[in-house]
Amino acid sequence: MISRVTSKTRQSSGSLSLHRRARQVTLLLAGCLLAALGLALATGSVPIPVHEIARRLAGWMGGHPVGDAIDRILFAARLPRVLLGMLAGSSLALAGLAAQTLFRNPLASPSIIGVSNGAALGAVGGLLLAASVGIHGTAAAITASVATGLAVTAVVFALGRRGSYFGHGLLLAGIAVGALCSSLTTAMLYLAGERLQAIVFWLMGGLWQANWQHVLILALASLAGLACMVVWSRDLNVFLLGERTARDLGLDVPKLQRRLLALIAVLASVTVSLTGVIGFIGLIVPHLVRLLVGADHRRLVVPVALGGALLLVLADTCARTLAAPAEIPVGIFTAVVGAPVFLWLLQTRRTQAAP
Amino acid sequence: MNLRIENLCFAYRQEVPVLADVSLTIRSGRVTGLLGPNGSGKSTLLRCLNGSLRAQSGGIWLDDRPLAALDRREIARHIAVAAQDTPAALPFTALELVLLGRYPHGTRWQPDSPEDLRLARECLARLDLTALADRPCDQLSGGERQRVIVARTLAQQTPVLLWDEPGSHLDLRHQLDLYRLARNLAAEGRTVVMVCHDLLLAPMFVDDCVLLHRARIRVVGRPSAVLTHGNLRDVFGCGMEIEWPDQTSVNARWH
Repeated sequence: MISRVTSKTRQSSGSLSLHRRARQVTLLLAGCLLAALGLALATGSVPIPVHEIARRLAGWMGGHPVGDAIDRILFAARLPRVLLGMLAGSSLALAGLAAQTLFRNPLASPSIIGVSNGAALGAVGGLLLAASVGIHGTAAAITASVATGLAVTAVVFALGRRGSYFGHGLLLAGIAVGALCSSLTTAMLYLAGERLQAIVFWLMGGLWQANWQHVLILALASLAGLACMVVWSRDLNVFLLGERTARDLGLDVPKLQRRLLALIAVLASVTVSLTGVIGFIGLIVPHLVRLLVGADHRRLVVPVALGGALLLVLADTCARTLAAPAEIPVGIFTAVVGAPVFLWLLQTRRTQAAP
Repeated sequence: MNLRIENLCFAYRQEVPVLADVSLTIRSGRVTGLLGPNGSGKSTLLRCLNGSLRAQSGGIWLDDRPLAALDRREIARHIAVAAQDTPAALPFTALELVLLGRYPHGTRWQPDSPEDLRLARECLARLDLTALADRPCDQLSGGERQRVIVARTLAQQTPVLLWDEPGSHLDLRHQLDLYRLARNLAAEGRTVVMVCHDLLLAPMFVDDCVLLHRARIRVVGRPSAVLTHGNLRDVFGCGMEIEWPDQTSVNARWH
């Protein structure tokens, strides 16, 4: 439907029609996200009808205490998991958009500067260390994960900016450090013993450890990330013109580069610490949305956040229901849902693919 | 706005000066052409003029304010640059790219105002690009893209315009249009500086020629005084008969 509307309006006034299309796409994504949230809350081992969910949600928000078993399923298990998926999806998508803009490279994603692998290494290391000294594993894993994610980014930044050209040096340093981290993580599998199961969580990624505390942490990070990207959107547009032209137009280029790097590091490592490494969203969602609304970040940021949230909520719903009571790794579904749509869009509109 | 350059020295590597003790005043209301062989320092001088390269010594003044005291944004509100090497695969349409010229004036994230849109379309029209406004830049030819970049410098509405070989990819008609545009801008009181490679067409539209040779200014003056048989022989190593019947026509013959 969208493609028919736009192909008609496109010839008349491109910029205006892009604005209108961006609004349509944003509204459509928001609507789909709401529907997906409802669907995700309704499905599971115990199906709950949507009107029932609405009634219980209203009561819960009105201050009613959590009552029966259904309430407990809804508010202690399903709702935090669905919300964590939503927040993780939008954080990953925003981090991906920031990385693609920072490197002016359509293949960039948070993993390319090594931050995802670094965060996963930290999580696994923290978990093993906590087990050997006998403290609470999950808290240690999250803390270590965020710490190493940020540390890896700082190291990559320090190494990468010595290169003659910021983008290339950083990219190569990131790939090298990321590969080092991921092989260290694999090596730790041999040390893991009976904790192998817990480690595999961070390697495969998943949302089954969700709780309200996680939701709160990620909500703070992703809202801050979204706000930054919205406020910087014009700077990001100018940055896409290349470092020299951006400077000529009055942008403080090194400052924006540092900010973007910090944003990617925080969003990606906080997300990885809570959900493990979930691939594909950071790479694919910014492309998908760019194909629909164009490259202007003022129109791009919000739909990218919504699209990432939608994709991960849908993928996670599939992951936990299709083979219930077993769980399929969610990363499989982000690719299964995302890739065909992406390829289809790439075929129909190839003009605006590259950032 | 006048640009005053005093004893400017610049080198990428210490032992090889690219600009050696260059002093020059570029006046407003005039079109100034920077001429010289490849590697004579034209583009480097242009990049020093908007502060994107910091000279090792010497200074540049924008009227009576030292350029070094202004921040990037303030410089971009006074000086617009059309660089030579703009990346080709830009994801924006021509109109969007021209609108980015409003960046140094605008707020940070709001949509473009109706005035900005009107101005951007006007700038596109001045470079004969109205029909291409909604075309993605990566689908434009080299010459069309070059005009879009010049249009972007117009949208910046700066008193000073620095164009690095703005006509290098243009066909004859658009070259003439561009040089006429430069004259009109100068007549509005702006300062226009062009790096020119073409020594016969562009100089007819230029008020002051600056001939650079081996990192130094060899001569400054009217085109007829600068583009002489002797200067062309010494600087470019070309034997060429050249005479200027009046300021806007030139006869040249190669041997």
